Amino acid sequence: MTEEKHVLSIIVDNEPGVLSRIAGLFSGRGFNIESLCVAETTEPLVSRITLVTTGEPPIIEQIEKQLNKLINVVKVHDLTGTEFVHREMALIKVMAKAEHRAEILRIVDIFRCKVVDVSLDHYTIEVTGDEGKMKAILNLLKPIGIKEIAKTGIIALIREAR
Amino acid sequence: MKLTGAQIMMKVLKEEGVDTIFGYPGGAVIDIYDELERTDIRHILVRQEACAVHAADGYARAGGRTGVCLVTSGPGATNTVTGIASAYMDSIPVVIFTGQVPTHLIGNDAFQEVDTVGITRPCTKHNYLVKRTEDLARIIKEAFLIASSGRPGPVLIDIPKNVSANTIDYKAPKKNKLKSYKPTYSPNVKQLQRVAEMIKDSQKPLIFAGGGVILSKASKELTELARKAQIPLTASLMGLGGFPGTDPLWLGMIGMHGTYRSNMSTGECDLMIGIGVRFDDRVTGKTDAFAPKAKIVHIDIDPTSIRKNIPVTVPVVGDCKITLALLNKLLDKEDLGDLKKKRKKWFDQIDHWKSTSPQTYNQKDVIKPQYVVDKLYELTKGEAIITTEVGQNQMWAAQYYHFDKPNHFITSGGLGCMGFGLPAAIGAQLACPDKLVVDVAGDGSIQMNIQEMTTAIQCGLPVKVVILNNGHLGMVRQWQQLFFDKRYAATCLDCAPDFVKLAEAYGAVGLRATKPEEVVPVLKKGLFSKKTVIMDFVVEKEECVYPMVPAGAPVTEMLLV
Repeated sequence: MTEEKHVLSIIVDNEPGVLSRIAGLFSGRGFNIESLCVAETTEPLVSRITLVTTGEPPIIEQIEKQLNKLINVVKVHDLTGTEFVHREMALIKVMAKAEHRAEILRIVDIFRCKVVDVSLDHYTIEVTGDEGKMKAILNLLKPIGIKEIAKTGIIALIREAR
Repeated sequence: MKLTGAQIMMKVLKEEGVDTIFGYPGGAVIDIYDELERTDIRHILVRQEACAVHAADGYARAGGRTGVCLVTSGPGATNTVTGIASAYMDSIPVVIFTGQVPTHLIGNDAFQEVDTVGITRPCTKHNYLVKRTEDLARIIKEAFLIASSGRPGPVLIDIPKNVSANTIDYKAPKKNKLKSYKPTYSPNVKQLQRVAEMIKDSQKPLIFAGGGVILSKASKELTELARKAQIPLTASLMGLGGFPGTDPLWLGMIGMHGTYRSNMSTGECDLMIGIGVRFDDRVTGKTDAFAPKAKIVHIDIDPTSIRKNIPVTVPVVGDCKITLALLNKLLDKEDLGDLKKKRKKWFDQIDHWKSTSPQTYNQKDVIKPQYVVDKLYELTKGEAIITTEVGQNQMWAAQYYHFDKPNHFITSGGLGCMGFGLPAAIGAQLACPDKLVVDVAGDGSIQMNIQEMTTAIQCGLPVKVVILNNGHLGMVRQWQQLFFDKRYAATCLDCAPDFVKLAEAYGAVGLRATKPEEVVPVLKKGLFSKKTVIMDFVVEKEECVYPMVPAGAPVTEMLLV
């Protein structure tokens, strides 16, 4: 059996301690968390957690069942295998000496990013997209010099029928 | 109606039908104790908080209802962890109330403060920190519901001192806030139809029953199924008593110390029906080699149990009692033919295994521990509630006391918690005051919670303790004998108290047998006394529990006597 990557969208009660129940479940049972994003939804009583995990199919099945067993978990959707849109976002602080500024702005333009902070020797770039886009822009910016980076995990929603 | 938190708690406990609480007071629960004193709920003062949970566990198992404990914050709460973990592993419904420092001090490292909810999160089915008195009633009701429904388990409620002391204008909670908690009780009928057909077709079926049968009170349905469909039956440690231990279809326990015929049957069966089990490692041994020729049906109320440890052909999520009743009905519609004739070869094979290696011992001039349990079984006619400690004593009790009824064997199966038996016996005796309750103990494990003798004496409980005294931590010693060239590292208990004098010091009766001919007289005197009794049986020091499957080996590869 080979390991698969799965994106789980988990609706949970918006209560203190719920995140640690989920994190504790993963650490206690030796499951992987590749990334995790949590925020309130429009319904203030529940939050959505988007969690990316990897494992062989029986492990993924266990993860979903174990999550469902938690009293504070309202619903678990395994998005992998369905049609869904997903994005991650990064803020990239890149070294921007005079000789590189034009090149960086060209990359920003090509990738449809935004410059959200500027100083004499750096730009902070906001980029959203999928994993592939993140990798591509990082590859291009690395030679110029990345000072710092902050990234979210994946957030995702199911595609509605057209 | 103006009520304090403590008053609300008592009100809701009464509504939930609670009549007994096991506990130990302290500063953070002083308001609750003050209120408890004014109700007719019986409080049992244990002598260490883990025992409050063990006793509530024993009470729950013997009485088939939810046990309740109350302890203070900090050390009171941390002491309960072992008891909670044991109840969690064995899926026993217990509600634990812990005191907490006042809400404004939480997080300040206040006196007797610990993060109880954080510590107990992985070993409870669910837990709560109550931050407002207004939420208390709803939370208690939710806790009792969660603890006793679906796959049962312990639920902890942490109550800060000000939450129990505050007065509010009380309104009964309208409904709970459990959005998605809906255990699946009714199975998928299509799946069950498949099971019925598989049973019909099978030449060599085997039922493997577990604690779920006892928890869901499904013994009657299980017995009907086995007899109707002529299926031999084995059980895990937790399942003992779920099926009559004297029935001809009964093969004995499965697993590490299971009978030869049970374990051999797993290797040869073509259909295994697991009912209320979780295919624990002590049962399956090497999982790849477990039931290699069988299609496996797994019936359990907890979906996470299914396909966690072994692959399954037909999963059935549902309550054992409901599922088995339905399966029996489906089988009634089938023409099963002459099953006895069809499975004659299978039953002959099983009889052959039984005669090649029966479960037995040889009583010579030193008392054999098995002999003590054997005589205990005879003298009590199999009617006693047996609790155990953990280790050899537990295995001999499981092997030689043939349980015919559920809720009569109470043991820390999953956690394997020494010190469980005596407090559990206290709880069982309180749940079943007319029953004879016997703790089968070792000289090691009885000392883990021997202080509970005081609790038994104080409450006038006639529990009996049978110590199989071999001067060692016997099970670990057995492993050292078999796998570590007899290097008995730290397992020799050559400095032990005189258990007869100790019994007397507690105000109990102390008896001792050192020769085989003294066993029956001591048992007779002790068991039929109306007092709390410790019986100290000085047994063979280096006796081993057989058969034994070495850890990680296939269960069909047993060490025999």
